[in-house]
Formats: sequence, structure tokens, C-alpha cells
Amino acid sequence: MIRIVGLEKSFKKLEVLKGVHFEIKPGTITAIIGPNGSGKSTIIKTILGLVKPDKGEIFVKEQKLNGGSSYKKAIGYMPQSARFPENLKLDELIGMIKDLRHNPADCDEELFTQFELEKEFLKPVRTLSGGTRQKVNAYIAFMFNPDILILDEPTAGLDPISSSFLKDKILQEKENGKTIILTSHIMSELEELSEKIVFLLDGKICFEGSADLLRINTGEDKLERSIAQIMKGHA
Amino acid sequence: MDGTAKILKFELQDVLRSKWMILYALFFLLLTEGLFRFGGNQSKVILSLMNIVLIIIPLVSIVFGTMYLYHSREFIELLLSQPIERKKIFWGVYSGLAIPLSAGFVLGVSIPSLMYGIHTSQEAGMMGMLIVAGVFLTFIFVALSFSISIRYEDRLKGLGLSILLWFFFAIMYDGIVLILIYTFGDYPLEKAMIGVSLLNPIDIARTLLLLQFDISALMGYTGAVFHKFFAGWTGMIISVVFLMLWVGIPLFSGQRIFNRKDF
Repeated sequence: MIRIVGLEKSFKKLEVLKGVHFEIKPGTITAIIGPNGSGKSTIIKTILGLVKPDKGEIFVKEQKLNGGSSYKKAIGYMPQSARFPENLKLDELIGMIKDLRHNPADCDEELFTQFELEKEFLKPVRTLSGGTRQKVNAYIAFMFNPDILILDEPTAGLDPISSSFLKDKILQEKENGKTIILTSHIMSELEELSEKIVFLLDGKICFEGSADLLRINTGEDKLERSIAQIMKGHA
Repeated sequence: MDGTAKILKFELQDVLRSKWMILYALFFLLLTEGLFRFGGNQSKVILSLMNIVLIIIPLVSIVFGTMYLYHSREFIELLLSQPIERKKIFWGVYSGLAIPLSAGFVLGVSIPSLMYGIHTSQEAGMMGMLIVAGVFLTFIFVALSFSISIRYEDRLKGLGLSILLWFFFAIMYDGIVLILIYTFGDYPLEKAMIGVSLLNPIDIARTLLLLQFDISALMGYTGAVFHKFFAGWTGMIISVVFLMLWVGIPLFSGQRIFNRKDF
């Protein structure tokens, strides 16, 4: 579904990605993990075309990215945080995003109901709380039934109920054959959701495989400890 | 509907509700009304209005443009993750800011002017020129602000540069011109001065407007040369072409950087 070959990126003198290769198979959940600043968001943003790579190639659905934007029709993206135009109301914001995607008839409104966004619908976006904005981001990402979902720390800032709604939704979409990429620092979440872990350290992949494999490799029985051990080994 | 037009539509909804935007229009409304009420004859009113317009429009356009773009960064990221070309996002955001700013100025100035019957007076043409010049300056300085704030990540640096650029064009430039004239006073500088004034958009606007008034006679020989150049059709066309270049060049350089930029 997504193939990344030899991806390199530096911001000014800071080398963020130093040759990253990996492949994501359709219908799987892949978690990209790693310490802060290891390049997780940069990988996600290069797939979305927000960051232009210095070297390397990305293929989405066997199509090489070359600056076009039509492949994004198949992608739903939930950013880490988002500020929206100050003076728009939530219904106008949602209307705009739908309009940009040519108003498809069969939008997925499930998260809208579960998150009870109805109450906030007519409020200006600037008055919404951080958690509510995250809910809006999640709703927008799932709205167009995309084949690929990219979720950057999806449950950060959500209350436990909403967080479990979102996790159920992620698993449900996986069952529907969607390909999901997410980043997270929450171990329980990783154990619950991800089938495959891509561990990023200093701009390179230092582990790729299932959570079980990670535990076996490191000889620890807790995921958190295994991850910590890899990070220590590198330092 | 095209992507640019869709973004423009929503930008307008956002910007038109901004209290700064409303204040800006209100400022011109009260200013024009006050000048007409207390300022004596209409040509004097237009002259005073011109002096304020030439300072305020570039300042507000460049500062508002810079701040707005920094502020919309995360929103632009959201737009970029949707299937729309970068180019279209850029044009949508630019026109979504330049159009309401121009509209605020045009409405603010023209409503009181029409109430005081400018359209039936001799000064109608002059007022028309002033409005066209103000709209040009808005488009130019919003374009300059975009080409600065896209280039620099650091907000403080971007804002500082914007204000510096405004200060350069609005105030310093005339000082430099004066030094030039003073230093090379022994040479025939009149033609060169026309060239020098075309390199500053505020100067182009000022010269075009001043020559509508009969005060160029006060400016001596240089004034006469300027009058001959700017009041004729060729001069007028060349000035407008230069004003358009002042919109186009920063915009296209801004758009090129926007296309390659990492968000």
C-alpha cells in the first residue's frame, strides 16, 4: 500500500531521517514509535506531501509521489494538533472540508454522533477546547472513508471514553480492510492496536516487526521495558 | 467550483468576521467623514486623505498579511493534507486576504465621499485615482508580506522584516532620494529620478496622485519633467505596469517558495 525507499531529510543542518526503508501492507495497523524528535512526524508529513524529501521515494498504492495531490483522496489525516480559522463556526469548517472533497454523499458520521459534536456545531471554532478539537480532527480523518488512515498521536488529549470510542473505530476500520498508520507514546494503546511496530531511532529504523517479536528480542516481558532497553542500548 | 475559489470563499467568511478587519473599514469611514466635515474644499480633503492612505495602507497590509499567514499555518497544513494543489491553496489564501482588505478601504472611503456628493463634483476623477492607488497598494503589500512570511519560519523575524520593509518604502526611501539629489545636484537628474521613483510602489502612487493636483508647478524643473512623464498616457501606462510588477514579482516568488516549502 505504502512503500518508502531510502528516505532522507534534513532541516538546515539537522539530519532527521537518514535513509528509511519500510513497507506497509494493505489492511494492517502499523505503529511508528520512537523518542521525541526521532522523525516520526517527518515520515508522516512526507507521505502526505507536507514535507518534501531530500532523497528517496515514496509509493502510495504503487504510484510514485511527484508533487501531485490527487493521491490524497485516498488518505485521511489526523494531525497532532490543529488550529482552525478563528472566526469560522464548526459547521462551516466541516462544510468547507466536505466541499474541498466535492461533497461525497456517503460521509462517515459515526464519530460525529459518538463524540457528540452536535452540541458544538454552531460554536466558533476558537472557543472549542483542545480535546474537542482533537475530536473534530478525528472525525474529519474518518469522514471520507479513506483507504489509508494516518493518525498522529490520535488519543493524546482525549478523555477515556472518547479515547476508547476512537480505538474501537480504528479496529473496526481495520476489519473493513483499511490501512492504518499511527504514532503513539502510550504503551497500552500500542499493545491494543498495532500489529506491526516500526521503531525509529536517530533517523533510522532500529526495529521492525510485531510487539511479541520486540519482547522476545529484548528478553523483557513488558513492551515499555523492551523499548526502553533498545533506547538505552543505543545511547 | 475550482479549489482556489472554494478556499477564497471560506477565507472571506473568516476574514470578514475579524474585528481588525471591521476596525480597518471603520477607520477609513470615520476619517473620510471627518475630513469632509471639517477639511474645507474637496480637493484639500483628497490631498489629506492621500497622505494618510499612502502610509496606513502599506503598513496595515504588510503587518496584517504577515500575522495572518503565521496564524493560519496549521490551517494551511490541514488544507495541504486534502487533495488540493499547493498552488491553489496559495492563491486562495492570498486573494482571501487582499480582497477583503481592499474592500474595507474602498467601502470606508467611498460611502462618506458619495454622501458628500463627490460623484457629481470635479474631483470625482481624483478620488477614483486615489481608490485605485489604495487597492494597488493593498495587493502589493499583502504580496510582499506573503513572500516574507513564507520565507521565514521565525515569526518575530518575519514581522520585524515586514515592518522594516514598510519603513524603508514609506519613510527611508525619500530620505535616500533627497541625499542623491543633494549629492549629485550638479548633474541633470530629472530623468533618472523618474526611474528611481518607479522602484518604490508608494512613490509611484504618490507621484501619480500628486500630478492630478496642480501643485507640480511648485516643484520646479523636476516637477515639470515629472508632469510631462506621469500626466501623459505613456507615463500613466508605465506606472500601472510597474505597479502590476510590484504585485506580480513578490507573489510569484512567494508561490515558488510555497511550492517547495516543508510544513
